[in-house]
This record gives sequence, structure tokens and C-alpha cells, in this order.
Amino acid sequence: MHQKASAQARGYLWAALFLWLVWELAARRLGTPMLPTPEMAFTATLRLLQGNLGEHFWVSTYRVLLSMTLSLLFGVPFGLVMGFEPKVDRVLAPLVYITYPIPKIVFLPLILLLLGLGDQSKVFLITLIVFFQILVTTRDAVRKIPLETISSFLSLGAKRIQVYRYVLLPASLPDVFTALRLSMGTSVAVLFFAESFATTKGLGYFIMDAWSRSAPDEMFAGILAMGVLGVALFILTDVMDHVFIRWQHVQR
Amino acid sequence: MIQVSHCSVAYGEPGERVMVYENFNLSVSRGESLVMIGPSGCGKTTLLYIMAGLLKPTEGEVQIDGKTILGPRKETGFILQEYGLFPWLTVEENVSLGLRVRHLPRPANRSKVNAILGEMGLLSVRRHYPSQLSGGQRQRVALARALTLDPDLLLMDEPLSALDALTRERLQLLLLEIWQRGDLTSVLVTHSIEEAVFLGQRILVLGANPAIVLAEVENPEAGSAGYRQTRLFYERCTQVRSLLEGGQT
Ligand SMILES: Nc1ncnc2c1ncn2[C@@H]1O[C@H](COP(=O)(O)OP(=O)(O)OP(=O)(O)O)[C@@H](O)[C@H]1O
Ligand SMILES: [Mg+2]
Repeated sequence: MHQKASAQARGYLWAALFLWLVWELAARRLGTPMLPTPEMAFTATLRLLQGNLGEHFWVSTYRVLLSMTLSLLFGVPFGLVMGFEPKVDRVLAPLVYITYPIPKIVFLPLILLLLGLGDQSKVFLITLIVFFQILVTTRDAVRKIPLETISSFLSLGAKRIQVYRYVLLPASLPDVFTALRLSMGTSVAVLFFAESFATTKGLGYFIMDAWSRSAPDEMFAGILAMGVLGVALFILTDVMDHVFIRWQHVQR
Repeated sequence: MIQVSHCSVAYGEPGERVMVYENFNLSVSRGESLVMIGPSGCGKTTLLYIMAGLLKPTEGEVQIDGKTILGPRKETGFILQEYGLFPWLTVEENVSLGLRVRHLPRPANRSKVNAILGEMGLLSVRRHYPSQLSGGQRQRVALARALTLDPDLLLMDEPLSALDALTRERLQLLLLEIWQRGDLTSVLVTHSIEEAVFLGQRILVLGANPAIVLAEVENPEAGSAGYRQTRLFYERCTQVRSLLEGGQT
């Protein structure tokens, strides 16, 4: 476990060094003020952390985490029920299939109108998008569970309702985590979009604001912060993955 | 103990229904050890599901101890062909699952689970997950889980089919020992003729489409010491084999 963690840390270190190198080379080569060197970006980051970059970072983090949590809280139960109860699925699946492909982002003006310019509208938009990804994955994971597994559980004298907690949920968790990882990219992208409109808080706003003020080093400080946010989310998911689905990580 | 009366089972949509059973009858008495053998797809698993209360026959009924079976029964243990264990639970958690879902008091459970794990030789792997076990260990876990519920009826669907010859024989002895211990009725499905003759006091040879009992072989010597090495054992195997072959022509 310890060894694995340090190997992982080394992996991140190498990746960071590699990206630094590419960035450095590109910046020198292009020589445009639109792409500052890493040093300039880091200096700006350190300077801005004295200011309010940290606050923007936490606002964005809070929004993403809350949205992901809400998506899980709604998506997983609905997915479990739809996967296990064909009658419910027959009613809800068409609804999901019709609404899922519609780009929810187009509703942003409406959402802003109804929920205001604060956290609520951003959280709602991200949740609306990620919820579907979690729901569909969970439902399909449930459908993959062999009937024998459920039969053997029922033969122990379990009630039908207990199947949810003892079979469907644990069996679909690995797929839920995959969906979570994929949704992470989506949610950060949507967050950026939502924060670049009519708001004064969050990394999206920070980046767009730096851009409009033609301060590329500050803009890249914001981009770095967004990268850190993304990595932190992935690490958090990996940790939860190890805690909640330990059985997938044992040595065979 | 078990009465299967006039059972019919059909699978599939109306129009292209396949009759697996038609007016099928069978009775098993208390304490008996019955083995079913027959060609793949003839309906052995289906019959066990009906006896376990997991599948309703299209017609007819199953009674156990005079009571019609409408759902899984508390005292019936069922060991499936595959997928019976939960990969996300440790050995110990798998074994105590039946007790947990029945909300039985915990301390009593723990000592019972410990005793059974010890008896099955699973104490050293109690914290392992099924993916870390050998096939033989896995089947012992499945058996242990059924035994925690003090079953009076054990239904087993090819429990030993995935094992190597020696492990298989060891587990056959274990099954025998469990069965001989008390008044446990057991119904076992197997594709192995030797296993059928070694374990079954009565052997049902089944045929297909729809399933019928081709022959019943009385085999009261099953379970006696050294039976496997006797001439009688060998002759019974030959007899069962020819009955099976006869059914396929
Ligand atoms: N859920 C199902 N839907 C449709 N047909 C089924 C279903 N389950 C079983 N059958 C059919 O019923 C017949 C009996 O199946 P069953 O599983 O009981 O056979 P079996 O004797 O246990 O076979 P095996 O020895 O291969 O395990 C087979 O022809 C099978 O195709
Ligand atoms: Mg079968």
C-alpha cells in the first residue's frame, strides 16, 4: 500500500515535469505574450494566492463537489430501480432517452433566471448533466448482474427489498466509479462554462476576467488552479474507490 | 418430505413456448439423499429452482412437509452452479450473509460462523475475497453459507463440477459427512456418474423434452465406508451409464 502510494506520487511528478518541459519549449518557441512561460505563471500564482485566487478555487471546488454528490444521491437510486424493475424502466427509459441528449447548457439563461446568479444555478446545471451519466451507467450495471447471484441471495431467505442494499448497490459500485471519473471531466468543463457568465466568483470567472484584462500570466494561474482541482478530484475518487470497493483491489 | 405434484414448466413467450416439464411427479423422503443426473438442458436446474421456491411452476405445485411452496423456505439451503458467492464480500461476510439478512442477534452469529468456518477449514482465509480462493475453497464457502442456516434440506446444483479430481473426492467426503450427521435431506445434481453413485441413495436418470424420469436406481450402499473401491460400486456406475446412453438414442 505504502509502496503503491509512493509509486503513484512519482508518476504524478514525472507527468508534471513532462508537461512543464512541453510548456517551456512551446512558450519559448512561440514567444507570444498570450503564452507566458511556466515561471511567469507560477510567479503570478504565488502572487495571486496572497490575493483572492484561493477563494475562487474554493468556490469552484465547493460547486463541483456538491454537484457530484447530488448527482450520485439521485442518479444511483434511480439507476438501481430502473435496472431492477422492468416496469419502472419501461416508463422512465423513454423519458431519459429523450432528455439525455439535449445539451442542458442551453437552459443556462433560464436557470439563471430561476435560480439566480449564485451557487445554486451552477450546481443545478452540473447536477442536471452528470445525473444522467450516473443514472444510465448504474442502470446498465444492474442489468449485467447474473440472475443467479440474485437467486442465491433470495434463497438465503432475504426479502426482495434487501436485494438493493446487499446485491445491486455493491455489484454496480465499480461501474458507478467509472462513471464518476468520466463525469469529472464533464463537470469541470460545465463549471467553467457556467462560471464565465454573469458571476464574480469561481475559477471560470477568474480566467475569463484575466483574459479580458489581457493578463495572460494571471489567466494561466487560473488554468493551473483548475488543473489542480481536476487532479484533486481524481485522487479523491481513487481514494474512495479503494475504501468502498476494496474487493477489486486485492491481490489475486 | 418433498412432493412435486403434476408440475409443468414452460419457458419463453406464448407461441414459442418450450415445455421443460409436463405433469412431472416426484417425491423425496426425509433424510434421503437423492441425486439427479441427465443430459445438459433437460431441466435439472429448473427443478431445483422450483423446489427452492425461486420459480413458480406453470401448473402443479411443490409441497415440503405438507406445505405448498410459494417462496424460498427458511430451512432450505441452495448451492448454485455458479455465481453463488458475492465477490464484494469476504469469506466470513459471505458465510454470515444468511444470518445477517434474517436479522439474527450478532454475538450468537459470530460464534456459529466461526465454528462452521473452522469445520470447513476456512479459518485461515476468512478475510480473503472469493477471487483470491481456489475453486474448492469457493465451494466450501458456499456450503458453509448454506449450513449456517441449519437447513433440513440441501439443494445442490453441480457444486463440485469445476474441481480437480482429488479436491472433488475430498469434498464428496465432506458432503457425505454433513449428510450423515443429522436428518438432512439432500438433492444433488451432477454430471458425474461416479459422484452420483458415491453420494446418491437413489439416483434419478432424467431424459429431455420434456423432462422425464428414465429410470430410478436404488443405491442404498451410498456413503458406506470404502464403497468407491467395491465391485458393486463399479457395477452401479456401469448400470447408470447404460441407462443414460439408452436415453439418448
Ligand atoms: N430463463 C430461461 N428462459 C428460457 N429458457 C430457459 C430458461 N432457463 C432454462 N431454459 C431452458 O430450459 C431447459 C432446461 O434448463 P435447465 O437449466 O434446467 O437445464 P439443466 O438440466 O440444468 O442443464 P445443465 O446440465 O446444462 O445445467 C433448457 O432447454 C433451457 O434452454
Ligand atoms: Mg443446470
